[in-house]
Amino acid sequence: MSSMDQNQPPTSASPEPVLSVRDLVIEVPSEQGMTRLVDGATFDVFPHEVFGLVGESGSGKSMTMLAVMGLLPAPVQLTSGKVILRGQSLTDLSFEQMRKVRGKSMSMVFQDPMTSLNPVLRVGSQIAETVRLHNPAMSKAEVRARAIELLGLVNIPDPERRYQQYPNEFSGGMRQRVMIAIAMANDPDLLIADEPTTALDVTIQAQVMKVLARVRAKTGAAMVLITHDLGLVAETANRVAVMYGGRMMERAPVDPIFAQPRHPYTVGLISSLPRLDRNVGELYSIPGQVPNLAKRPPGCVFHPRCALSDGRSPCREQLPEFRQVGADHRSACHFAEEVAEWSRKTAVVLSGDVAHGSDRKEPATKAPVLRIEQLSKDFAIRRRKGWGHDHLKAVRAVSLSLASGRTLGLVGESGCGKSTLGRLILRLIDPTEGKIWLMDADITTMKPSRLRPKRKELQVVFQDPYASLDPRMTVHEVIAEPLRINGRYNAARVNELLQHVGLSPEVAGRRPPEFSGGQRQRIAIARALALGPDVMILDEAVSALDVSIQAQVINLLKSLQRELGLSYLFISHDLSVVHHISDDVAVMYLGKLIEFGSRDQVFGSPAHPYTQALLSAIPAPDPARARSSERIVLSGDMPNPLSPPSGCAFRTRCLKATEKCAQLEPELVERTGPAHLSACHYADESGVEQTSRRKVGAS
Amino acid sequence: MAYFILRRAFQSVLTVLGVMTVTFFLVRLAGDPALLLLPVEATDEDIRRLRSALGLDQSLIVQYVKFLTNALGGDFGVSLRQRTSALDLVLERVPATLELALTAFVLGILLAFAIGLLMRLTTSAKVRTTIMWLALARQAIPVFSFGLILILIFSVWLRWLPSLGRGTIQHLVLPALTLATYELALYLRLFNASLSAEQRQDYVRTAYSKGQSRTTVILKHMLPNALLPLVTIAGINLGLLLGGTVVTETVFSWPGVGRLIVQSVSQRDYPVIIAGVFIISLIFVLVNLIVDILYGFLDPRVRVA
Repeated sequence: MSSMDQNQPPTSASPEPVLSVRDLVIEVPSEQGMTRLVDGATFDVFPHEVFGLVGESGSGKSMTMLAVMGLLPAPVQLTSGKVILRGQSLTDLSFEQMRKVRGKSMSMVFQDPMTSLNPVLRVGSQIAETVRLHNPAMSKAEVRARAIELLGLVNIPDPERRYQQYPNEFSGGMRQRVMIAIAMANDPDLLIADEPTTALDVTIQAQVMKVLARVRAKTGAAMVLITHDLGLVAETANRVAVMYGGRMMERAPVDPIFAQPRHPYTVGLISSLPRLDRNVGELYSIPGQVPNLAKRPPGCVFHPRCALSDGRSPCREQLPEFRQVGADHRSACHFAEEVAEWSRKTAVVLSGDVAHGSDRKEPATKAPVLRIEQLSKDFAIRRRKGWGHDHLKAVRAVSLSLASGRTLGLVGESGCGKSTLGRLILRLIDPTEGKIWLMDADITTMKPSRLRPKRKELQVVFQDPYASLDPRMTVHEVIAEPLRINGRYNAARVNELLQHVGLSPEVAGRRPPEFSGGQRQRIAIARALALGPDVMILDEAVSALDVSIQAQVINLLKSLQRELGLSYLFISHDLSVVHHISDDVAVMYLGKLIEFGSRDQVFGSPAHPYTQALLSAIPAPDPARARSSERIVLSGDMPNPLSPPSGCAFRTRCLKATEKCAQLEPELVERTGPAHLSACHYADESGVEQTSRRKVGAS
Repeated sequence: MAYFILRRAFQSVLTVLGVMTVTFFLVRLAGDPALLLLPVEATDEDIRRLRSALGLDQSLIVQYVKFLTNALGGDFGVSLRQRTSALDLVLERVPATLELALTAFVLGILLAFAIGLLMRLTTSAKVRTTIMWLALARQAIPVFSFGLILILIFSVWLRWLPSLGRGTIQHLVLPALTLATYELALYLRLFNASLSAEQRQDYVRTAYSKGQSRTTVILKHMLPNALLPLVTIAGINLGLLLGGTVVTETVFSWPGVGRLIVQSVSQRDYPVIIAGVFIISLIFVLVNLIVDILYGFLDPRVRVA
């Protein structure tokens, strides 16, 4: 992405703001009276700029912008405050008057492209609708022509044909581009993008952000980017506001936010992020849980989790003022002046290279605890046209081994087969071909009765901490269940496990719904640990968690591994987390393993063009670097796994693809170094080029 | 789409065959029809002769194969009681059932559609709650009791409408009302719930973010989506209605297929039972086939891969 022109500060001395938000208060009625979701949001957005609104779930960032659009979901209501768009106060407008503003001078792109379009209406008519609404004088043909033009503008190939299609014929990335087309239809002054790429894979995120930048450059619209992704903000935004518990914590231009943050929460947030350009043994983590807004703590909303506050009385008693601490820099901290000194002292590190973590393990010497060989899985999919079935090759001849006490990171985008592989190893589904060994025992075709005792050696933690715990069981029962099944129940053991994962044994009588996401994931980990497994499969185990909570859980997993000598198969789409936690890394694409090596090999000198593209697509939480680095943006989507391309599966999106790639499928062999396997005919050249351009995590 | 219809049609044929097989064996399990047909003083020789005349002395498998071959040719045998073609007996009753079922169905679903949509467009939550309570109350009363209450009010007290039989349009009013109000309550509750569910969908928020009006959001965006579950349930329900509304037909002595089958069961007139079940399963399967095809047109996600 040409981030150069994007991160340019707003042109010339501060003009009139496009949007001014003043002291916004948003509340929702609850049993204890009114609960404040947003408490005093105040900011300006200037022409042409990207204003980043950052925060974790429950911070009130989306609510703030929905209120600006006048789209708060009932019974949430705007209690007080002002919203001024281009000099016009929106808070006094009626629904009918707001209709003329929405979709015209201001528009919004939402998080989930799979549900944000109407499934039963043609894509074209959904774009045309916006055009027609605000241009009643336009003829039918003109509206249609404009909608097709818009489809072309957001890089939808063959817009004439696509105009006629329904949303289900579009991929996630394409649907989000359609949403952008809808939002940009009437050249709005302000575009609000609410987590526009959170539901998408990184390579698709890069495509969508590129399209967003291009259409904005064309129309000059200002943008509010709501996101939890600090990397995306560093790369895209000019100015940033950080929200927490419904309040604004800090607001400043993007460089000082990352280089000299003046609020302990911002410091904590930035430091809890696992990063590709750093090797640290342990992540900084903000202690405690996201606040319950119904029981908002008095004084500073962040003080119960704040290490800088250290229980000082102003933090507990007085609401900190959102005060000026520098040029265009505000912070809501009583002790903002101490932040820099504190972060240095407590070794909360913000930028530059850090002392490398010393917990790197020696290369594997012992026999593998888990080994798979040529493992394949075909799913029979019934044909929509004609009779019979097609075979979806979800996993294609994957061989891997996991050494004792190590972590193998398995990465790839959605649909690449990584989770299927995890389920195969767990024998939740049966492989079509290949072998699985667990501690020298072949479990590929083991009967359930013989497999059951083996299960205690291999446990799993799933992604969704809300769905993977039975809400009607107490925590004690959840953790005791595997023990009971194996006739090893013992109440003391349950308490011990709870302590292991950092929970108090007192919580054992409560039920999962009473816990937050991070706490539930700890419970799920305790359950997995109950039988003393040797191997744990962590299937996107930290992906659903907020950054500050994710860091806690990652640290827990690492310390458990040290203490108990566990081996992890860590399945994730998040390369930064994989980089932080893994010793070895395997990359999958379309059911095949395309690269395997030590962490430093794969991240430091990636051999496969796909790995290179993946790494380059990740926005770094460092504005200066984001501006200077070149990005490889892959075109298109992952091919349909029902009809994979001939030869190399990646060739359809690869910059290096030649005739040879279409004819000859590259084997996964050592090409660029000892024990560094890759499946690319041109692996050598590309690897060298990559290292020279980006120095990533090499130690 | 053509493949889809073809596949569903093939499945429908299999379903009807399955239903006929199950019915055939079930009826045979219920007892020997020869014993029932003959007077008590009949000799063993009489029984044997009748059984041989009816083909009951052959093995069950042979009987079954014969039955299937005949049925494929439209021959379900002769009613044991009335000595006429069983299929004709059933077909005779079909118009009565169609008349009652279709009237009730069309009335119920149209009213539900109109009331449900009006409730949504005029935004008084109080009115909506009251109507939904009424609908729930109607659903809570069994068809049997409701029919009797109607007879009591309109036939016995007011003497406006006949309580029994079929013939004039007046005869149709009470049984149709009994069924239609039930259908109305069912569809109204379903329609209301599905509209409420759609209201919370992301695409509705998208439509509002374009500057769309409330009325258009409801009619253009929510309505087509909210109708989808309604179509499915309506299909199943229409099939049930057409298959004979046994209780209603009995209460109002309506000469429909349902009542015929109930009578035939008590008389062990198995050719009629089987012919009746065949017609009902045929109608049921046909209606569901049409619903599936309709669904394909309404929902693009079903239409294309």
